[in-house]
Amino acid sequence: MGRKLLLKDINVPGIKSFEVYRKMGGYASVEKALKTMTPDSVMEEVKKSGLRGRGGAGFPTGMKWSFLDRKSDKPRYLICNADESEPGTFKDRFLMEYLPHALIEGMIVSSFALGANTSYIYMRGEFRWIFPILEKAIEEARAAGFLGNNMLGTDYSLELYVHSGGGAYICGEETAQIESLEGKRGNPRNKPPFPAVVGLYGCPTVVNNVESIATVPHILNMGGDEYAKIGIGKSTGTKLISASGHINKPGVYEIELGLPVEEFIYSDEYCGGIWKGRKMKACVPGGSSVPILPTELMLKTAKGEPRLMSYESLSDGGFATGSMLGSGGFIVFDETACIVRNTWTYARFYHHESCGQCSPCREGTGWMEKVLHRIETGHGKMSDIDLLVDVAKKIEGNTICPLGDAAAWPVAAAVRHFREEFEYHVRYPEKVKDPKHFEKEPFVSEKKAVAA
Amino acid sequence: MTDRIQLGTMEQPQFSPAAMALVQKIIKRYPEGRHKSALLPILHIAQAEFGGWLSPSTMDYVASILNIKPIEVYEVASFYTMYNMRPVGKCVLEVCRTGPCALRGSDDIIEYLENKLGIKEGETTADGMFTLKAVECLASCGSAPMMQVGNHYIENLSVEKMDEVLDQLKTRHNVPNPDYGSPYPVSPENNG
Repeated sequence: MGRKLLLKDINVPGIKSFEVYRKMGGYASVEKALKTMTPDSVMEEVKKSGLRGRGGAGFPTGMKWSFLDRKSDKPRYLICNADESEPGTFKDRFLMEYLPHALIEGMIVSSFALGANTSYIYMRGEFRWIFPILEKAIEEARAAGFLGNNMLGTDYSLELYVHSGGGAYICGEETAQIESLEGKRGNPRNKPPFPAVVGLYGCPTVVNNVESIATVPHILNMGGDEYAKIGIGKSTGTKLISASGHINKPGVYEIELGLPVEEFIYSDEYCGGIWKGRKMKACVPGGSSVPILPTELMLKTAKGEPRLMSYESLSDGGFATGSMLGSGGFIVFDETACIVRNTWTYARFYHHESCGQCSPCREGTGWMEKVLHRIETGHGKMSDIDLLVDVAKKIEGNTICPLGDAAAWPVAAAVRHFREEFEYHVRYPEKVKDPKHFEKEPFVSEKKAVAA
Repeated sequence: MTDRIQLGTMEQPQFSPAAMALVQKIIKRYPEGRHKSALLPILHIAQAEFGGWLSPSTMDYVASILNIKPIEVYEVASFYTMYNMRPVGKCVLEVCRTGPCALRGSDDIIEYLENKLGIKEGETTADGMFTLKAVECLASCGSAPMMQVGNHYIENLSVEKMDEVLDQLKTRHNVPNPDYGSPYPVSPENNG
């Protein structure tokens, strides 16, 4: 069994309530921080912990905090990014639904460290039933003196509110989220200035993911140095993985970073292997935006080393032979899955979610969707395959926000690793007419057959 | 992701005292002069209170409450997918169709519903009971395929289960004021 922090008490009856959560040691980090630490010393511990942003980018949280403009006399804001929308990712929803106080506790100590007196949890609107859960948790914390004015008899005061999004993937991007919280369309802003200097209402702002914030209390309780001992190398701590697709046990799992990918997929403690006794074909390890890898590259790096669940190991080999840990949205494909069809659903997603500000993304995502649909339904040409790669290349790096990259990477990676399957669609249009073409007869690579 | 603004007239909507109290409480969550921040939350309340969609008169009413221009409401409402810009049925079925759900059969669910209800994705049944929408990832990939109906996620769907699910929904939603769902439920406690 790997080390558990975030989910260690998940099976304790009544853990959703303040009373039980407190009995299990909850809110100890708030007492420790407010009574015995300064905001700067809290930030120091988070820096020492090596915690990296759990939303997808993996940027060190302590460093992000240190960029906050502390000289400004404007109010400072902490926004919790609970707009979880990356296909394949559902861990934040799980955390908020079943451990609401873990997020509230994290919001309090993180707000204290940043000197924020008003903080917002920006949650995707579709999680309608979780709003009352978080609002109840906030009221319970307030009644116990952990929110409001002069908390625990100190001079620190904090108000915490839950804010609803309206259904837009782009609002998971931090500047779009700020625009949205201001009551506007979620159009990402140009950077610089960064939110740490000019954020919500023009004030210094930090935006952190739910899981990152919920981890901070554990760091304070055990100390940053101790936390950094968990995990492997620069991938410190534990991480929530959302496992989905063709596996026996989809769900949210907490792993210690560094766990071998093979163990995660096949062990009964985690995914429990591939469903229906089938073979694994491919995997997207970090949410729909990261490159897809065929099984052999998923389980072993190009150097032949076992692939581990860590930021470094999953990206080993760059995009040529590696991928990314991303948000930890772990999607597994069995041998009957059609990579072209799957890539098309992602392209459709990004086209639907593009905010429309930058033409490479607005137009390019639509072109990719159309070309992929053409190939998938047996109407493609061989030149379409290179056209896809070309469009992806022209989107990547040419947009204000990373949605363009997120749309381009999965398409480029699918062609990179599964070109033969794209060619098959063009060559045998009759065979791909049925949308379930590979369910009856899985695709077999001719190249691999010859090599064997 | 935008949809056209539906033209037409409706009588001027008016929040109930309980809904208005909730709206005022939410406006106070944002700093002085930043009340426009409350726009998305208030649109959710308005949609749930006024028939499950945002008519131009509903949007104008919200603009008047926040003292902003109607265009500021239209441009926001039409950007976000949760706001319905056209009338909907009493029960809105929002079936996720993105990758992880597609891997586990969401296309079958959508096809079954289209045949069963005799409508295409995006349409409403002639009796005004069901609207069928295919939507993008709802963060429920571990329990795919799934759909959202109002405040609820109905997960681990299968074609075999759909008839029973539809019957239950019909019973629950075939009432004069069906619950369209909102992150900010209006309750009598909000009054006062």
